[in-house]
Amino acid sequence: MTKLPKTIIPNVICTFCGSTCDDLQVTVEDEKVLSVRSGCSSSLSKYLNYSAERYNSPRVRKNGEFHEATYDDAVCRSAEILANAKYPLLYGWSSTSNEASRAGIELAEWVGGVIDNTTTVCHGPTLLAVHDVGEVTATLGEIVHRADLVIYWGSNPVHSHPHHIMRYTSMSTGRFRLSKKNRTMVVVDVRKTDTAKLADQFIQITPNGDYELMCALRMAVRGDELEQDVISGVPAERIEELADLMISCEFGVIFFGLGLTMTEGRHRNVDVALSLVQDLNARTKFLIMPMRGHFNVAGANEVSAWTTGYPYAVDLSQGYPRYNPGDTTAIDVLSRGDCDAALVVASDPVANFPVNVSRHLAKIPVITIDPHPSATTPISEVVFPSTVVGVETGGCIYRMDGVAIMTKSLVAPPPGLHSDVEILRDILAHVKKLKAGQ
Amino acid sequence: MSELLIRNGFVYDLLNGIDGEKADISIKNGKVVESVGAGATVIDASGMIVMPGGVDIHSHIAGSKVNAGRILRPEDHEKDVERHTAITRAGTGHSIPSTFTTGYRYAKMGYTTVFEPATPLMKTRHTHEELDDTPIVDKGCFPLFGNDWHSMEYLAQGRVEECAAYVAWMLRATKGYAIKMVNPGGVEAWSWGRALVGLEDRVPNFNITPREIVHGLCKVNQMLHLPHTIHVHTNDLAKIGNYQTTIDTMDSVRDLGGDSKPVIHITHVQFTGRTGSAWHNVGSGAPEIADYVNKHDHVTVDMGQIVFMNTTTMTADGGFQYMLHQLSGNKWMNQDVEVETGSGIVPYTYKRSNYVNAIQWGIGLELALLVRDPWRVYMTTDHPNGGDFTKYPKIISWLMSRKARDKSLAKINSIARNKLDLPDIDREYSFSEIAVVTRAGTAKALGLKEKGHLGVGADADVAVYNINPTKIDSSRDYLLVRKALKKAAFTIKDGRIVVKNGEILETPNGRTYWVDSVVSEDLGEKVESEMRKTFTKYYTVQMDNYAMTDSELANSNRVEVKAEI
Repeated sequence: MTKLPKTIIPNVICTFCGSTCDDLQVTVEDEKVLSVRSGCSSSLSKYLNYSAERYNSPRVRKNGEFHEATYDDAVCRSAEILANAKYPLLYGWSSTSNEASRAGIELAEWVGGVIDNTTTVCHGPTLLAVHDVGEVTATLGEIVHRADLVIYWGSNPVHSHPHHIMRYTSMSTGRFRLSKKNRTMVVVDVRKTDTAKLADQFIQITPNGDYELMCALRMAVRGDELEQDVISGVPAERIEELADLMISCEFGVIFFGLGLTMTEGRHRNVDVALSLVQDLNARTKFLIMPMRGHFNVAGANEVSAWTTGYPYAVDLSQGYPRYNPGDTTAIDVLSRGDCDAALVVASDPVANFPVNVSRHLAKIPVITIDPHPSATTPISEVVFPSTVVGVETGGCIYRMDGVAIMTKSLVAPPPGLHSDVEILRDILAHVKKLKAGQ
Repeated sequence: MSELLIRNGFVYDLLNGIDGEKADISIKNGKVVESVGAGATVIDASGMIVMPGGVDIHSHIAGSKVNAGRILRPEDHEKDVERHTAITRAGTGHSIPSTFTTGYRYAKMGYTTVFEPATPLMKTRHTHEELDDTPIVDKGCFPLFGNDWHSMEYLAQGRVEECAAYVAWMLRATKGYAIKMVNPGGVEAWSWGRALVGLEDRVPNFNITPREIVHGLCKVNQMLHLPHTIHVHTNDLAKIGNYQTTIDTMDSVRDLGGDSKPVIHITHVQFTGRTGSAWHNVGSGAPEIADYVNKHDHVTVDMGQIVFMNTTTMTADGGFQYMLHQLSGNKWMNQDVEVETGSGIVPYTYKRSNYVNAIQWGIGLELALLVRDPWRVYMTTDHPNGGDFTKYPKIISWLMSRKARDKSLAKINSIARNKLDLPDIDREYSFSEIAVVTRAGTAKALGLKEKGHLGVGADADVAVYNINPTKIDSSRDYLLVRKALKKAAFTIKDGRIVVKNGEILETPNGRTYWVDSVVSEDLGEKVESEMRKTFTKYYTVQMDNYAMTDSELANSNRVEVKAEI
């Protein structure tokens, strides 16, 4: 076989975190990635190691043992599991393309299950708060060009979104803000993170103190007097100073992470943060944005919303979409022991869910579609190794701010592997046949 | 493909001068033909109305702000659900239906073409993903210009030809159909939390006024020979006394008119047709606006009619939505888009008892009844802003029946009732006028040559309604008209029967219309190389990743035109 020449592919979209930087230069040779330029540590690690540790064919469990299986057998077995289940869970979706989510939702309709994405364990509370009060936000370029005050709250982008600060916020170059000198960066967190070390101001708060502090800040912005001297470990004067800074900036923004959504108060924390920003718009221009983690978790929400009306945790067991987070969310469905089969796509629930929940997963037949073995694969009934989105297969993904971009295939996948979309569509086609016969 | 014969219906094909006469429509291979063979499937339309499929010129059905509205409002969906069947997908409805439900509900009403009228350039890939998931209907979208830095800069420098080449590039890159403007210049001001007033305020940091933007992009539209006119949501929307801004905007491009060909479309005039100086004396500016439209043939308008209901308001006019949030106290979504535009969403309930809402209701109807030429006024609700599109039959009954209007008038705020001219207007639309304001006129305005009529060669998109115009007095029996229009007896899309008695039979994928205006190679290359420089400075996405390829659309329908530059 002739060796393919070395090629440098420009403007590659990184499929790691929600920043989805699209300026990587990837050098490929003979269908392998040789090197990556302009990437952060996370993207280097992904693009240089994506092909390590892979299955090269589907596996199906027989008599308790994993056996290699043909693709068609694995599709048939998966379709049977799902078509015969009374209340299957279809989970994952944030590290694959929109095309996969679109196929997944149609499959969920046919098998009458619950379809939920990983939002459920990260920014689910954010969406609940958005339902309550709304959200004042923008695309990231608005921050680049206009923001003179950037606040990271309960978020450590230096590690979670390594290029976020450089590309989109404090260290970026915009039309009306040329450099870091034209902006103030504030970090609010429970410890002095590496992001806090870059900030002009760091405000250390006591763990689980976000709700009180955010309320106090909201009061200060409204001009109400703070009666306590210290709130959540922060002196009242410091809070008033921060409120002044927020009011007096020309264009401010808060980025928040799991430090707000997954600590005590959860969606209440976000609710008051969103409300604070709405209040601030009576005084100046102010925005807020969640730091979405996976590269297409925003897309998973969007597809779910335009298809069913709801961004995650959609129950289709009645034939129509039903939404009741806390009831129709993956963890709740599993912890009650309600679901009798699961399809996991591009996610690793066993590694992330509480132990009792994973225990139930281990009791029911699980179909896993993932490029790599994970903590979920050993408990699975069927495992499909799939191609890597943004490396071996293309597809539409949504950046954390909802900008849709189209990833491309850079190298050919190993022979015999299928994409998430192909696998899901094939299972769907087979489910339709089985349902027609039932 | 099989042949179809729609026999013996009362045909309303106004573009071909057929006005309710009994005729047969023959269909073959998805097109209207002279005749079909004896083996054709026959639809007996005796005693029924046959019209071209409905063409909606302005309905927010897809894209980032529509979906943000869905995410904002689970309470909107819970009360209106659609079950999954062997033929149709599940979904939810009410004011912001999910995409599949949107396609089905339009088809059930006999609509076969719908245009999404506001898509941020940068997020249009999202809009197309949703349109691809909107079945049955043909569709397209209008990308937002007029607050985008490139247009404003080119126009401020007086480089109209370069601006045109840029717009052509953008329409190709976003697979867009027409130039949409929303609060030109004002949304850029809103990016700083500021607002512009009227047409003469200068846009902050850009040496240009709204008047210059509208005029410039209108010229661009002509240079590119785009099939539709510029489509304008004026400045000062929802402000008291804004009818004057609407008239000023129409008048700002009067010099570009001529040949009785419209050059500007002013959308949802109900929101921009207010007289008065304070909330307590808001009145209808529809008579003044209609008078202008009657005297000037360079303008077309649509209603943006409101219906008394709880709905979801959404527009690229972020500043307006902030005002509505403050006014109503309702939850508020805002999504600004770098370099280009903004948007906002606020749920809202139109109440009969509310004075301003009642005036709004009157403005839309007065406009439609006072503009004499139905070819230049179209029925819309600015879905979902004035109410969702399933309320069209209700609005049609108001247009066709004074009795229906009187019944509603009796229930609205009495001070508003006394202030409106509406109670004194006798005009009642005929079925032929309805056919114009819902399909023939809109298709013509959009430059869709194969739609809005049933002549030989037309797309075989047909609506059959079970109503006999010779037996039913639409003025008196408006409830029967409403009922018939809600559920088409048959909807035919590309020659396939997709709806029968209001039930979906088939769900083919519609086509996505977009315009490729070809400019001279030299100019195109020059502007593209200029854009390469500005793009890197302006956007957080690379130019090559920004542009969509043709193959990204599920069913692309490229409309090529030759630009004059």
